[in-house]
Amino acid sequence: MIGTLARRISSSASASSRLTRTRNFCLGVLPDTIDRGSESFASNCRVMEGLISQLHSHIHQVMKGGGPEAVKRNRSRNKLLPRERIDCLIDPGSSFLELSQLAGHELYEEPLPSGGIITGIGPVHGKLCMLVANDPTVKGGTYYPITVKKHLRAQEIAAKCRLPCMYLVDSGGAFLPKQAEVFPDKENFGRIFYNQALMSAEGIPQIALVLGSCTAGGAYIPAMADESVMVKGNGTIFLAGPPLVKAATGEEVSAEDLGGATVHCRVSGVSDYFAQDELHALAIGRNIIKNLHMAGGINDHLVSDYKEPLYNVEELRSIAPTDLKQSLDIRSIIARIVDGSEFDEFKKLYGTTLVTGFARILGQPVGILGNNGILFNESALKGAHFIELCTQRNIPLIFLQNITGFMVGSKSEANGIAKSGAKMVMAVSCAKVPKITVIVGGSFGAGNYAMCGRAYSPDFMFFWPNARISVMGGVQAAGVLAQIERGNRKKAGNQWSKEEEEIFRTRVVEAYEREGSAYYSTARLWDDGVIDPADTRKILGLCIAASMNRKPESTKYGVFRMYFIKFKQVRTPQRLISFAERSPDCYFDLQGGANIRGRKAVPVVLLFKNGEKCDSVIGTMPKEFYVAANERVLAS
Amino acid sequence: MSPMTGILCRRTKFNIKSLNTRLSLFSSTPDFDNRRIEKILIANRGEIACRIMRTAKKLGIRTVAVYSDADKYSLHVKSADEAVRIGPPPARLSYLNSSAIIEAANKTGAQAIHPGYGFLSESADFAQLCEDEGFSFIGPPASAIRDMGDKSASKRIMGAAGVPLVPGYHGDDQHIDFMKSEADKIGYPILIKPTHGGGGKGMRIVQSPNDFVDSFLGAQREAAASFGINTILLEKYITKPSHIEVQIFGDKLGNVIHLNERDCSVQRRHQKIIEEAPAPNINNDFRSHLGQAAVSAAKAVNYHNAGTVEFIVDTLSGQFYFMEMNTRLQVEHPVTEMIVGQDLVEWQIRVANGEPLPLIQTEVPLSGHAFEARIYAENVLKGFLPATGILHHYCPVQVSSAVRVETGVEQGDTVSMHYDPMIAKLVVWGEDRIGALIKLKDCLSKFQVAGLPTNLDFLLKLANHGAFENGEVETHFIELHKDGLFINPNDTLSTEAAYDAAKHGAAIAAACLCEMEHAATKEHAPGNLSMWYAKPPFRVNHCARHTMELEWDDEYSGDGFKHLTVHMTCLPDGNYLIETGGSSSKSLEINVSHLGKHDFKVEYGGISKNVSVAVYSKDKMEHIHIWHASYHHHFKQRKRLELSDSDDSEYRPALESTSHPPGTVVAPMAGLVVKVLAKDGEKVGEGQPILVLEAMKMEHVVKASTAGYVHGLRVTAGQQVSDGTVLFTVKDK
Repeated sequence: MIGTLARRISSSASASSRLTRTRNFCLGVLPDTIDRGSESFASNCRVMEGLISQLHSHIHQVMKGGGPEAVKRNRSRNKLLPRERIDCLIDPGSSFLELSQLAGHELYEEPLPSGGIITGIGPVHGKLCMLVANDPTVKGGTYYPITVKKHLRAQEIAAKCRLPCMYLVDSGGAFLPKQAEVFPDKENFGRIFYNQALMSAEGIPQIALVLGSCTAGGAYIPAMADESVMVKGNGTIFLAGPPLVKAATGEEVSAEDLGGATVHCRVSGVSDYFAQDELHALAIGRNIIKNLHMAGGINDHLVSDYKEPLYNVEELRSIAPTDLKQSLDIRSIIARIVDGSEFDEFKKLYGTTLVTGFARILGQPVGILGNNGILFNESALKGAHFIELCTQRNIPLIFLQNITGFMVGSKSEANGIAKSGAKMVMAVSCAKVPKITVIVGGSFGAGNYAMCGRAYSPDFMFFWPNARISVMGGVQAAGVLAQIERGNRKKAGNQWSKEEEEIFRTRVVEAYEREGSAYYSTARLWDDGVIDPADTRKILGLCIAASMNRKPESTKYGVFRMYFIKFKQVRTPQRLISFAERSPDCYFDLQGGANIRGRKAVPVVLLFKNGEKCDSVIGTMPKEFYVAANERVLAS
Repeated sequence: MSPMTGILCRRTKFNIKSLNTRLSLFSSTPDFDNRRIEKILIANRGEIACRIMRTAKKLGIRTVAVYSDADKYSLHVKSADEAVRIGPPPARLSYLNSSAIIEAANKTGAQAIHPGYGFLSESADFAQLCEDEGFSFIGPPASAIRDMGDKSASKRIMGAAGVPLVPGYHGDDQHIDFMKSEADKIGYPILIKPTHGGGGKGMRIVQSPNDFVDSFLGAQREAAASFGINTILLEKYITKPSHIEVQIFGDKLGNVIHLNERDCSVQRRHQKIIEEAPAPNINNDFRSHLGQAAVSAAKAVNYHNAGTVEFIVDTLSGQFYFMEMNTRLQVEHPVTEMIVGQDLVEWQIRVANGEPLPLIQTEVPLSGHAFEARIYAENVLKGFLPATGILHHYCPVQVSSAVRVETGVEQGDTVSMHYDPMIAKLVVWGEDRIGALIKLKDCLSKFQVAGLPTNLDFLLKLANHGAFENGEVETHFIELHKDGLFINPNDTLSTEAAYDAAKHGAAIAAACLCEMEHAATKEHAPGNLSMWYAKPPFRVNHCARHTMELEWDDEYSGDGFKHLTVHMTCLPDGNYLIETGGSSSKSLEINVSHLGKHDFKVEYGGISKNVSVAVYSKDKMEHIHIWHASYHHHFKQRKRLELSDSDDSEYRPALESTSHPPGTVVAPMAGLVVKVLAKDGEKVGEGQPILVLEAMKMEHVVKASTAGYVHGLRVTAGQQVSDGTVLFTVKDK
């Protein structure tokens, strides 16, 4: 086994000398298992290529903001576009992690590029900041419901990661036609200021740069900020604009006299810094961050030098599963994300459908959980165990979701799958270390919960363009719903023709198809963005650095249900594996198993090909599992 | 006690000693006199001080520098073993202050004083004072300086010795009417020249009798300011002259030889900028004739040590005339050193020690060809006006046995208005003239100076000029070929080519700048955030883009800065995709690697080349200089990031005259107002002189830009003004 590994490594890193090969050789190096010649690989490549170019064309569209006319108008006022403002604010040549670029995608009747607001993380004078910039070219920078949601999400991340917030304000306030969805509720407009107040109280700096108008509720953004800057001429702050003032009191006043930089910097004191123009304002903004004296040293460790993965990260574009029925070894993805493709797997032989292990990403230690099939009792328990390990050691967790759910069926239920699953869900919920979720394939059912779905407040969560999310698969849902519908009709005495049922099923499948897509998700901010698989490693690296910007917290768990599984009967897999025996070259063998209380509790089945051990299956699996394993080995 | 009486007392005391020295001249065997020089005080500054120290060090002689307050941290002070402060910045209070210098020599125990060139080098009084005080003056005897220093007297002596002279008036009657009648007799054009001093100061060419009086008075004033003596001589002005001078050397034993000639014809404002040796297009016969004449001239005044006899050669007739003799080591001595393979400063010291000349005339070699280009801080387009400023970037070319750089400044030094604005001398040697010229052009294009305007680009244009290549040099070279040397803005073809080259330069500069900025921020990034500063900067699902608004210093088109927009895209492989806008330009994909501080290797279109980029801030702008291939481009952009002052006050008004209302006249250079010719409120005509400004001992007349009334004229004579100060405005009412 070790021999084959070493051979594989040496063939992939042929340039390295024998000496370094020996030194670099470590048990954790993942092998390259991709069969680039296969038909399925080629077809997957083709489909992914289409998905990636679709992603890029969507992004290209939103980069244009509110269109050429609005951009021109903006320029004529001596204003930069929001992303240009951000580029001026962050350190020259540094990276910017933009969030939810496709928020609002096909969400409303009219397009709302990037939800009308740009949010993201970037370093300013060496301090990571959360930047929130209104896009005045999109509906005058007004807040649609999704705009509010995106703003609040940025604040949520900032609060969690203790990132200073810089608000680049240029907004007409709430979008009035949709005020019912923008104004009244808890997670609505007012929450922005609530968050500012709480973050300020927590010592997380709140800085506002007023680069344009800042009307009505929006006026509270600079007013609630710790420090604020206003641009002469362009920046205005008022609770009510000149038209409303005239309507209310009859007073006629210009915008500049009502709430210009001069008024607010000289008279009202709403703003603290008077900027001659936008660049000046941005420079002052940078200076403010420079002068922050945040309790540093939380995480001033040096990141060690790191190696790039042994395999081309761009291959992730071809590996990303487009057909979720196909099995995928999550290790081939891990191998292209972690430093040097080194992955020290934890409990490799137990609960094999969940892959857990330690690695580094851009020099930063991480614990990775990746799905390699359905979650079973053992996999869930292993997952809970691994999460506990990482929380103990303050290691951030990376969840790579490709999950169809927990195992169903009488045996699973009898084994307490719900209980085991609950353990993992409990561990995930309570873990206080940074958690980052990437949905690389499917995200279905309770698997989404156990693997840190949106509801479990991961610090960051991203979708690959091929990923799908829903409570269950479309076909399964159609089956369930059809069954119920048929029952209902039967009760009502109606006949349901085969054709009608087919149409019904198709509709359900189509709805699931549409609502389960990455774009449907990201448009509604169920995630923090759709990303190119090839960028996964970089983005994870940036996210870990951002999320480690806080003091380690100790994790406290709730009540775990801690009963042992009662083994009423241990079925030997002997009967099952007989299905799979096809040729004398390839056969299964039962290797006994681990002992629990003196009983052979967990059988281990080894799969041999030409007399060499190829695979192992721990625990008793359904028949199909052995058949599939056998086919896999035969095909290899 | 007054210093004068002190000097008088000592003079009597040391007369006996100087008599002894003279006697030794007549002894048959060279008497080296065991008192050899072990410590030299250099009564000068800048490159020549450094140059002398280098030879002194080679000979194991210790050195003493003197400095004014302006030079406290300058290179010549650092290079010396000891340094003594001699006074405040103005030269007359420091480098011309002979008693302070003598005191410094006394204090440090120097045995000899080297005057360098300029300052006190041609002051007979100072030479005498040194000898009287018991210091060996490394230079000619005071008597020779005195004889040659007075131009009228020197011509008389030369005439007597049979050296040919230019027709002119050298008499004592300085009455303006008489002078005018003399001038009329000689015929116009005529040259007016102070009898004392040199370097072209106070010189005037008068084209017609009408201009005579103004020019004459101006020359008198400048002469008085510079040399304290305002006697003037008149000379026939030769229309197509070339300036050829012969380096001579004499020892105290009466031997005088010449070390071949130099051609110093290429001049601007009567000051040399490119010199070469030997002179082009002359034959050996003519060379030995000149040499003979020079040696006779020197012998006529009992000359010893280094000297130069200047001749004016009428290129039309082939006739040569004695012009003057410079009784010092000249600025351009390195070109002679290069072709004869000798160290003239070492010769000077040996001669001062009483040793005989190392060579006799027949042993003097003439090998190859050498050029010297003088790199000045000056405003070429404003009529070569001296410029001041900080050398923000200074990176001379690599020196070798064939390339010398004589410099007295370092990066970060200030070229002040107190002294000569020369930054460096570039000296190159080649097997023949063409070989040397190729080297000169190469070195000039690689010579990096940024922070103040220089004549480097102009020198490069000169060196590239066809007539110069052919050796058709004469003193009116620049005037004659000005069309080829200054770009004509109406010549659209070449201005367009220049614009394209600038765009290309801007593209490369922008990429290098990005790389440099990136490296700088990365260096300061906290260790745990290094991935945030990875190259290229990461953006989610798109590439980082960056736009630079550059102003190109289009110095030859006359309309100042031209706007350029550069768009950069950071490609995932780390390359930069650059678009400079405009219809003709296509995008350029550049790979940049940072080699050193300012040096980069750029690759595009399959070509890889080395470029240098310098960046500094001045007047709230970021200045960017790039040297690529044989180009040098200067751009500026508004400072993007950091605030220089914490204040939010109004931006300082720009100094360019374009930002002033029409009719405003600003000081073209920093200097001293010597005369105000008009009154505030006075009605003036266009071009009427309003005031006279003096800088670097050069007078500059500030004229009314248009006809009208003078407003806001508040400067008075004796007032110091800085570059760009508003002097007055001419308005209609």
